[in-house]
Amino acid sequence: MHIVDRRLNPGGKSLPNRQRFLRRVKDMAQRAVRESAREKDIKDLGKDGRVTVPGDGVREPRFSRQSGTGLHDYILPGNKTYVEGDRIERPPSGGGGKGSGQGGEGSENSEDAFHFVLTRDEFLELFLEDLELPDLAKRRLSVVETEGLRRAGYTVSGSPANLALTRTLRNSMSRRIALKRPKPDEIAELETRIADAKGTDPLLPDMKLALEALRERTRRIPYVDPIDLRYRRFEPYPRPIAQAVMFCLMDVSGSMTEHMKDLAKRFYILLHIFLTRRYRHVEIVFIRHTDKATEVDEETFFGSRETGGTLVSSALVEMKRVITERYNPNDWNIYAAQASDGDNVSSDGPTSTELLRAHILPSCQHFAYLEVGDENGPRAGFVEHRTTLWRTYEGLAKSGGAIAMRKVNHRRDIYPVFRELFGRKNARAEAEA
Amino acid sequence: MVTNLHFPTAKTDSGGVTPLFTGNDWDFDTVRRIHDACEKIAGEELGLSWYPNQIEIITAEQMLDAYASIGMPLFYKHWSFGKHFAQHEAGYRRGMMGLAYEIVINSDPCISYIMEENTATMQTLVIAHAAFGHNHFFKNNYLFKQWTDAEGILDYLDFAKGFISRCEERYGHHAVEQVLDAAHALMSQGVHRYPRKKRPDLASEQRRERERAEHGEQIYNDLWRTLPQKTAGARPDAALERRKALLELPQENLLYFLEKAAPRLRPWQREILRIVRLVAQYFYPQRQTKVMNEGCATYCHYRIMNSLSEKGLIGEAAYLEFLQSHTNVIRQPNYNERGYGGHNPYAIGFAMMQDIARIVEQPTEEDRQWFPEIAGTGDAMATLRDIWANYRDESFIAQFLSPKLMREMRLFHVVDDPDEADLRVEAIHDERGYRKMRRSFARQYDVAWLDPDIEVVDVDLEGDRRLIVHHKALNRITLQADDARRVLQHLADLWGYDAVLKEVDPATGATLAEHSATARPIFF
Repeated sequence: MHIVDRRLNPGGKSLPNRQRFLRRVKDMAQRAVRESAREKDIKDLGKDGRVTVPGDGVREPRFSRQSGTGLHDYILPGNKTYVEGDRIERPPSGGGGKGSGQGGEGSENSEDAFHFVLTRDEFLELFLEDLELPDLAKRRLSVVETEGLRRAGYTVSGSPANLALTRTLRNSMSRRIALKRPKPDEIAELETRIADAKGTDPLLPDMKLALEALRERTRRIPYVDPIDLRYRRFEPYPRPIAQAVMFCLMDVSGSMTEHMKDLAKRFYILLHIFLTRRYRHVEIVFIRHTDKATEVDEETFFGSRETGGTLVSSALVEMKRVITERYNPNDWNIYAAQASDGDNVSSDGPTSTELLRAHILPSCQHFAYLEVGDENGPRAGFVEHRTTLWRTYEGLAKSGGAIAMRKVNHRRDIYPVFRELFGRKNARAEAEA
Repeated sequence: MVTNLHFPTAKTDSGGVTPLFTGNDWDFDTVRRIHDACEKIAGEELGLSWYPNQIEIITAEQMLDAYASIGMPLFYKHWSFGKHFAQHEAGYRRGMMGLAYEIVINSDPCISYIMEENTATMQTLVIAHAAFGHNHFFKNNYLFKQWTDAEGILDYLDFAKGFISRCEERYGHHAVEQVLDAAHALMSQGVHRYPRKKRPDLASEQRRERERAEHGEQIYNDLWRTLPQKTAGARPDAALERRKALLELPQENLLYFLEKAAPRLRPWQREILRIVRLVAQYFYPQRQTKVMNEGCATYCHYRIMNSLSEKGLIGEAAYLEFLQSHTNVIRQPNYNERGYGGHNPYAIGFAMMQDIARIVEQPTEEDRQWFPEIAGTGDAMATLRDIWANYRDESFIAQFLSPKLMREMRLFHVVDDPDEADLRVEAIHDERGYRKMRRSFARQYDVAWLDPDIEVVDVDLEGDRRLIVHHKALNRITLQADDARRVLQHLADLWGYDAVLKEVDPATGATLAEHSATARPIFF
């Protein structure tokens, strides 16, 4: 008898099965995941990854007998009332109740929908699938990537520090064998035989000649020849920057309601989740502004309320300052999302435009402007009111500035808008526009 | 239901016997001691014989893993196992489903997985149940001997797993998945129900030929020559006969038929069909012996635990814990109680084993009439061992379900005839009902009766190569149309041409329903 402790075996034995299963239900699960994102608080996204998919795609059909047809026999335990020949009223709906004892009870129903739980990673994978970072590679190749070095085989020239000893000596050895360079042992052996030989030995001259020949050959064929030398070769390759910083700009003046802030927050959270999936290291900078801007922590950013006018350029100036001080665009992927109700002092327009065009947009991977509105939204029938800031940015976008703008009124719109901004097709369309 | 529960007098203080364990905790040493003690009882008192045991301790997650791969330690990969895993896991996490205490595998050595969370008592119960009860049954029952290769199964599964993953690498996940989907749909139609005739080799063929010639010479009579010759005209029949013989038709093993005769499958696809078919065949005996297998194991653990308790090897607390889980396992709710989900194989199996032991040792007059060959023979274990070796559920119940047990279980027989307005009570547990009821009851454990009887009847080789499949609708019970269509689609895909499924009433020959499917070009 053997006792084997399997508990220490690595877990996840059926992980490949799970992956195959998820691949199978991917489309349906994706729909379910997005559905749930609409309902749920974005903060709780992926926490409880329970997903229900229609049973159709994961059905495993077998030939089985239909319970409602033909003649069925049932043998049941626990008879206390019936005698032979009794009639029992047929239970309704095709033999539920006692009749279904042997029939495939509930098996049809359970196939209708299939529930299972996704891990947070799987959830986000499905949630963010087919989103991608805006296609800016052409415009800023040098920004997205930096140079790295990696090993790339061997070369015949290089610096001594990179000498590949093993490879060099292997070459040397094969050359020595090929050219039959005498081994030191052979020479030593011959020398001892000469030393031992009597002066009268008839072979002595031959031996001396042979020794001379060996020595000559040793001299001619060097131990290590320059052609043996090999150096480790390194080649540069573009290494993507694996860190990103996300700027959250928000107007906190009195005109921003709690609802608007909530919309903005949801958008920021989505962006953060998305960036953390793509970058190893993501930092967040919160800049709030009224008519002057400050960098604050998250709590203050969302929590506190300020009074004052609205000067958007102040936030842009602050952002520019932070970038120059801490986030060199060569090392950081910079993303910015601005949320505002659209109020701005009209005289500020040209200043903001200039700041964005000259400083902010060139150093950003993506700049998104989210205009948050009242929950009730624009009433139907009215011409949509365009805010000051919207007009400013629209002008900028028309003249070729890479700025994405969306208007959101209700929190159910947040995710679709986010998808619009980062969806694959969308990026292409915007690039063309 | 539980008839013979008795509390043995505690002997812990008498012979100076120390119990195998105290409390709930156990370690490997305890498990070994438990195993050795059980082994002694199983060998000396019960006379069992078993494959060498290998006991593996696993976690709950590993148990879920094992569930997902039908209990086998290694298995090929397929999404449906992932689905089952997700299902079980969700049930387990929500606390709706407890996990089994053990899983036992019919292999040599016999592998029993036991859960780390079990208490020492449960480990004892599980070892007695699986490592001796099931193990004995696997080794001795004729169906397992005939159909399964306990030594080779793990190696074969290893091959299957490797083969399928190599196919995935070479032909792509999707292509392999489609073949597996189709094969799984036909899995229950992928078993040979009877051992096939061995193909004759050349020597025996020649001998037969010679014997036939000799026989012809012996009975030669010149008169036969004068009989008029049969007029030629049976030509088309001959072609049909020849085709049927060539394709081994009619064939109820659909997977076998496709593997051998589907014209367009590639070799690796055939091999996958073969793997699925052999796995199905391996599990075929288990489906036919559920009641007996569980009954045997439950009876064994019951005897072993009682014996351990009588010897003072387990304490009273442990014995009570055992009794509690034992009674849970063999609980049989009545048909009108909540939680009734058909007959509990543990309950029937254990009750029948107990009953047989009673008949052998203390028969009543009724038992002597009903079971003259075993009543009062005295050696219960010998009789049971013989039964365990030579019966399957259907024959076991047909032979050994006693009137006393039918009365105890208060069985009754209800007929649901669609032509009648009401259900009819056909028989109850009385003199007139016993035999009738026992016959119907046994039939419910006959897989040939339970599984739809489906066979390939013909192939239109000269026409459009349509595959003709018949379902003999027993009692006019037709197939579930939706599923039947889906499975037929898989069948047509594998066959490569159209397939048609006719549901025929065997009594009248009338066609009850007909489905057809056109092959999609997914495998070629």
